[in-house]
Amino acid sequence: MSKIIEGLYYSESHEYVRVEGEFGYIGITDHAQHELGNVVYVDMPEVDDEVTAGEDFGAVESTKAASDLICPVSGTVVEVNEALEDEPGLINKDAFENWIIKVQLSDKGELDNLMDAAGYKAMIGE
Amino acid sequence: MNYKFFPHTDEDIRAMLKTCGERSLDDLYKDVPSELVLKREYALPDAFSEVDIRRYFDELGSFNTPLTCFVGAGCYDHYSPSVVNDMMRRSEFLTSYTPYQAEISQGTLQYIFEYQSMMTQLTGMEVSNASMYDGCTATAEAMMMAVANAKKRNKVLISDTVNPIIIRVVETYAKFHGVVVEHIKEENGVTSRSDFEEKIAKDDVAGVIVASPNFYGILEDYTGWADLCHEHKSLLIMNCVASALGVIKTPAEWGADIAVGDGQSLGIPMNFGGPYVGYLCTSKKLIRKMPGRIVGATVDTDGKRTFVLTLQAREQHIRREKATSNICSNESLMALYVTIYLSLMGKQGLREVNEMGYSGAHYLAEKLSQTGKFELAYPDQPFLNEFVVKTDLDIDQLQDWCVDEGMQAGLKLDEHRLLLCVTEMRSKNEIDALVESIEDFINSNQEEA
Amino acid sequence: MNNVYYGKLIFELSREGRRGYSLPKNEMSDYKLESLPGTLLRSAAPGLPECDELTVVRHYTNMSNNNFGVDTGFYPLGSCTMKYNPKINEDMASHPSFSGLHPLQSIDTVQGALEVYDRVQESLAELAGMKEFTLNPFAGAHGELTGLMVMRSYHMSRGDVKRTKVIVPDSAHGTNPASAAVCGLDVVVVKSRPDGTVDVDDLRPLLDDTIAGMMMTNPNTLGIFEHSIGEIAKLVHECGGLMYYDGANLNPMLGKVRPGDIGFDIMHINLHKTFSTPHGGGGPGSGPVGVRAGLEQFLPSPHVVRKDIDADSYRYDVEFGNDSLGSISGFLGNFAVMMRAYTYILSLGHENVKMVGPLATLNANYIKESLKDVYELPLEGVCKHEFVFDGLKDKSTGVTTLDVAKRLLDYGFHAPTIYFPLLFHEALMIEPCETESKETLDAFIAVMRKIAQEAKEQPEMVKSAPHHTPVRRLDDTQAALKPIVTYAELSSMVD
Repeated sequence: MSKIIEGLYYSESHEYVRVEGEFGYIGITDHAQHELGNVVYVDMPEVDDEVTAGEDFGAVESTKAASDLICPVSGTVVEVNEALEDEPGLINKDAFENWIIKVQLSDKGELDNLMDAAGYKAMIGE
Repeated sequence: MNYKFFPHTDEDIRAMLKTCGERSLDDLYKDVPSELVLKREYALPDAFSEVDIRRYFDELGSFNTPLTCFVGAGCYDHYSPSVVNDMMRRSEFLTSYTPYQAEISQGTLQYIFEYQSMMTQLTGMEVSNASMYDGCTATAEAMMMAVANAKKRNKVLISDTVNPIIIRVVETYAKFHGVVVEHIKEENGVTSRSDFEEKIAKDDVAGVIVASPNFYGILEDYTGWADLCHEHKSLLIMNCVASALGVIKTPAEWGADIAVGDGQSLGIPMNFGGPYVGYLCTSKKLIRKMPGRIVGATVDTDGKRTFVLTLQAREQHIRREKATSNICSNESLMALYVTIYLSLMGKQGLREVNEMGYSGAHYLAEKLSQTGKFELAYPDQPFLNEFVVKTDLDIDQLQDWCVDEGMQAGLKLDEHRLLLCVTEMRSKNEIDALVESIEDFINSNQEEA
Repeated sequence: MNNVYYGKLIFELSREGRRGYSLPKNEMSDYKLESLPGTLLRSAAPGLPECDELTVVRHYTNMSNNNFGVDTGFYPLGSCTMKYNPKINEDMASHPSFSGLHPLQSIDTVQGALEVYDRVQESLAELAGMKEFTLNPFAGAHGELTGLMVMRSYHMSRGDVKRTKVIVPDSAHGTNPASAAVCGLDVVVVKSRPDGTVDVDDLRPLLDDTIAGMMMTNPNTLGIFEHSIGEIAKLVHECGGLMYYDGANLNPMLGKVRPGDIGFDIMHINLHKTFSTPHGGGGPGSGPVGVRAGLEQFLPSPHVVRKDIDADSYRYDVEFGNDSLGSISGFLGNFAVMMRAYTYILSLGHENVKMVGPLATLNANYIKESLKDVYELPLEGVCKHEFVFDGLKDKSTGVTTLDVAKRLLDYGFHAPTIYFPLLFHEALMIEPCETESKETLDAFIAVMRKIAQEAKEQPEMVKSAPHHTPVRRLDDTQAALKPIVTYAELSSMVD
């Protein structure tokens, strides 16, 4: 059974947002990393790129699958997790600790369209 | 049954049907609605024996005329050493499938790794895929790669000096893939710098496609082109005749992001148009955007250095409609031609091939201008082993005249321009014979007049 | 096959100054390449190997000995149709009257080659029940793309520009949706029933005036004949769409069913599957595309046409039609592959070609029935040329389909296709072609049973298979994590 953390926002495509003030830390869920298997590459945007809710902002690739990263919220990228460039497997170690991008949120109202931990838990059937 | 490709005896068929619980071969199709079943014999000939087949192809072959070849334009008559063809018939290579079971496919995986290594040496780029169908489709794939990389741009520029056969394929792919192709004008046989600068400045271009040598055989000077492309967030795609890369400035040296082209010139027979091999090389940064297969080095559980298909997650069988290309094979055996050819020729042999092509082409160009009926169409442009001449002679008649003497005198570009090619296969005697034949044609014309 | 690993790279055999070639003397050496401007020449020679001829010959011979081909042993790879590749095909493919032709030679000097092209397209049209074929596409996936371009060209020619969606079954090969996407079409997925056939009830609501057509294989990826094909074709045609036949599974149809007779409008054939041309380690293939009457004008250019001069004589020409979708190849496709396929069709003749399908189907059913007590057979009943097991029947051993596949390598068989189709977790897809004898099949069956036994008795041994191959299981995570794809990279890491 995969880990789900209370207090985060979840999307149907298995991304999460951890909100801290103006900013959102976005990554993929523990459930998603389990499904993917050994992550070998994370394709990330650049700092200052604009991201839009519902559109892809990168991709994660494992030996058996590649999956687009769909942005759960809109905003401006203020930081990317550079540690993943050298060690993409960090996502397998702890998907919630190892977020992918940090975004300055442009519309906090978008968070209402996302699920809470209980909703996500129900969606993945655990 | 008693046919050479079917091992089944009547007794085998009876026994096997029994195991299956069926009474006849027809019963194996009882799930097919009877109205869909073919109820007549195919309208095809009776079986041919091997002797019949040889006779038949000998006869059909007599309707072909082998010609001494002075045409290139994307397909080149180079010598392929006997070793190449001999190795190609090794059935362990020939009759294997894609090397998915790496433990029993190290042969294929290793030569593809060597092929990738050699193509990166030729182009100067960092990575190569395992090969593609041909140079035309590889260029179209490079176009789609540039568009996918740019994300929000769907326009590419292509120089009018690129081989029109390649342009035709690129434009077909573009039309269906939703890519806008704009042409950069030609000026005096080379790509117009000012037209390029004007079009790239609009900041909506995903990729720029140029050629070296170009369609007219000219070596263009692309100094500064890559910087300008990159300044405007576009990729530079350079299409090169593979064999020429032995001596000409490499796509990497020009600063290109993608090098593509056809590898036929590296030891593959002309085969009336195929099979050939497309190559596509790029930078390490773009490796995950690169279409096609890639072989990488790794280790097995005993720690031995081995080779395996890698980065497969990008490919169509996993990405499905999200993949940037639908290619799911490579032109493996043709990549083996190239690999063995280059193993034999090495750096020195490839240089000599180019030197001979250069010498022969420049000799022919001079001899033709001495007839007084031809002049170089682009006299101030440097060329390697292909060139365009202008003439007032009737090119169709001239070519027919030479065909009767067993020679293909170039490719007609329009009423007044003829594209000629010389490789190391053309001896001085053959070139002299071509010139002589052309002189005879000129004389016969003058007599008629 | 040699189970001792060779493993060297040609670069490692290179010694400066060695030569593996001889060229004629340059008789016109007064014209020197060095007179080209230095800015147009490369600054240093490429790092290609320098080897003598025998070194090269031994290197590639030794390398080939670590490879498994159809000539080595049984290759039951599902959906790949690994049949015997007759030797006469190879002789004809390199026939000197054809192999030296330049594709842009004067038309009058290549009439024999154009006749081959025409006869192949005509033979395929007869075998498939189509009006006309193009042989230009280079592979199956390239054929799919070309066929979909025909589909779009047809709709565009009618001004029916809304049709931008193509229906693809969820069980289809990944290439189908990828080809659709490259062709600018959106993919709509139709569900399968448990037996892998298309769910007609799921299909109906998808059909409207935005549908360009539907892609199908038949038999499907489970080797089951789509018995509702008549109804499916009718529904798709009624909504204005076209039916596309993916020829990946054409082999069992030979002698029994023609795609053109059962409602398909456009199709491709893989000459490297059904028509015995060698796979060559991944190519070259050839993916001719056929169309029914009324669509032939959309086929790609160049296009071979036969023109009758008078009652007894004709001449071939090459044309670029106005309605043609454009060009998808530089010239006329993989001509040498067509030479092989034509040789095969002539070798078989009408009396043998019709036995290909039934004998392939017999072989598949024979293996299926002989192993279904130890391997999980999800679908009972007759299959066509291939079928799928869902792994070992006894799941308690922990031995997976991957392990069974790897263990087969130890016994000198190629593995079946594994983990496809995605409808089952432990898919093991087996396709024995008509060229395999009962003795070969019996030997394979015996080994499969032995592996099932080993899975119970020595599961760890099976899980660590293969044990007797040139190399053992490979670390593909390492390969993907830090890709090393050239010798230059490899050697710089060692230093």
